[in-house]
Amino acid sequence: MRAVRTPRDPGAMPVIEVSELRKSYGGRPAVDGVSFTVEEGEIFGVLGPNGAGKTTTVECVEGLRVPDAGRVRVLGLDPVADHERVAGVLGAQLQQSELQPKLTVREALELYAAFYPRPLDWAPLAERLGLTAKLDSRVGKLSGGQKQRLFIALALIGDPRIVVLDELTTGLDPRARRDTWELIEDIRANGVTVLLVTHFMEEAQRLCDRIAVIDKGRVAALDTPAGLIRRSAGATVISFTPSAPLDEGDLNALPGLASIAYRDGRVTLAGGDETVNAVITLLARHRVTAHQLRVTDATLDDAFLDLTGNGTKEAAA
Amino acid sequence: MNTAVLRTEIRLFRREPGALFWILLFPTLLLVILGSIPSFRQPDDSFGGLRPVDGYVPVAVLLGLIVGGLQAMPQNLTGYRERGILRRMATTPVRPSALLSAQMVVFGGAALTSSLLALVVGRLAFDVRLPEQPFGYVLALVLAVLAALALGAVVSALSRTTKIAGAIGSAVFFPAMFCAGVWAPVQTMPDVLAKAVGFSPFGAAAQALNEAAAGDWPGWGHLGVVAAWTILLTAAAVRWFRWE
Repeated sequence: MRAVRTPRDPGAMPVIEVSELRKSYGGRPAVDGVSFTVEEGEIFGVLGPNGAGKTTTVECVEGLRVPDAGRVRVLGLDPVADHERVAGVLGAQLQQSELQPKLTVREALELYAAFYPRPLDWAPLAERLGLTAKLDSRVGKLSGGQKQRLFIALALIGDPRIVVLDELTTGLDPRARRDTWELIEDIRANGVTVLLVTHFMEEAQRLCDRIAVIDKGRVAALDTPAGLIRRSAGATVISFTPSAPLDEGDLNALPGLASIAYRDGRVTLAGGDETVNAVITLLARHRVTAHQLRVTDATLDDAFLDLTGNGTKEAAA
Repeated sequence: MNTAVLRTEIRLFRREPGALFWILLFPTLLLVILGSIPSFRQPDDSFGGLRPVDGYVPVAVLLGLIVGGLQAMPQNLTGYRERGILRRMATTPVRPSALLSAQMVVFGGAALTSSLLALVVGRLAFDVRLPEQPFGYVLALVLAVLAALALGAVVSALSRTTKIAGAIGSAVFFPAMFCAGVWAPVQTMPDVLAKAVGFSPFGAAAQALNEAAAGDWPGWGHLGVVAAWTILLTAAAVRWFRWE
């Protein structure tokens, strides 16, 4: 799939450039110095808890909000000053938006196609999004999933180079969510750069090439999903039921330990590779057998909680 | 003006049976009901020797634009903002102002159609003479439409939700109908009241329409009042309107 992508020129201008972006509402900073760049052909994730400033950040990219300070560029253009040109190459799906409820799907597609200089043919697009059977239905009568697919179609209809998708799969059932993920991979395969706002870890882990974790208006971390997990203190999770009680002091002294929890006689430790080796040595030294020993990689979930300061350390304490 | 947006808004307007009835048909229907009362077809001194049905034609002409401008359009505009329809459009190369101007054209056009229908039905069914000073009549009517649209835009600017828009719209709706002469045409109002009503946009418009109907050029005073309201209300709407 990635073979279709435009080869990356190392000197090329980033598709999206955000630097030191700040935006306050009524004196309260929503975005407080966010910087990142998105390269051509990437699926770039913006991940963060509710109210972290994700939506405000992408709204500045879309030109819907004027930053208080900092610089935003989309293909080198200012999304506010050069609104028309940016809007022509950037397709957006907003977190909260609607269409006139009595419009039919066909009319909505035709209307939005008329807004762009070189729109896609809406019929194959509707086909690809499974909307063909619904063309004559009114927008107000669509189910959540159908409506979401229509909004994706509208984001794509101008044949954009960039799409910004904000909380795309919120409210979708698991089946529809998975279909949507495939669709996003499909969009990228066609060379479109995707900026994806989400609070679903699974979604970010599965789709994104890189993720900016935003917390309290700042970038807490920016890396690949695997990099974020590796970087977090508890990248590896070890759990077992010891055949005899272990000394808590010994456990707490394990190298690289990020967190420890006891539950129903089972010990769960999070740490690094050195923690795994040390646990095995400790068990051998005390001749304790570890029943149902499991060593797993932490998920992005764990990394996220660690990075946004709602970490497992407190949970375990 | 974006023609695709305008075409869509016209199409959507035709899907609103309530708006179609109250704006396009109701004023003429009221005229027909009143005209069916025999005494309304007898010359009456309080109408300056005209028949009451003659006096009610300008009222019917104004009624459609009051309903459209004050009840229907603010609800639509506020709903478009409340539901994020304007925001969604703001992410396209077409500005959300295209939607605003399309709404104005749709409701302005509907109001004029409604007026024309009242004039034609009045002529055909009750032999009400067409305005004898047509240019003055059209001028007064167009000014009145603009005032109604501007007033509707102010209602929408002041309303955060469609419910508030409905409430404010209704609060302004009844005084506007009174001034336009729905309960008692301006000619029949006591002198002081008629003068006072003459300072309201629709009261002044009603008097200007009456003058033009009778063959005189409408008084610049009345036209000036309507024009002044239009400018004032437009400025207020521009000042207070929020896109989100």
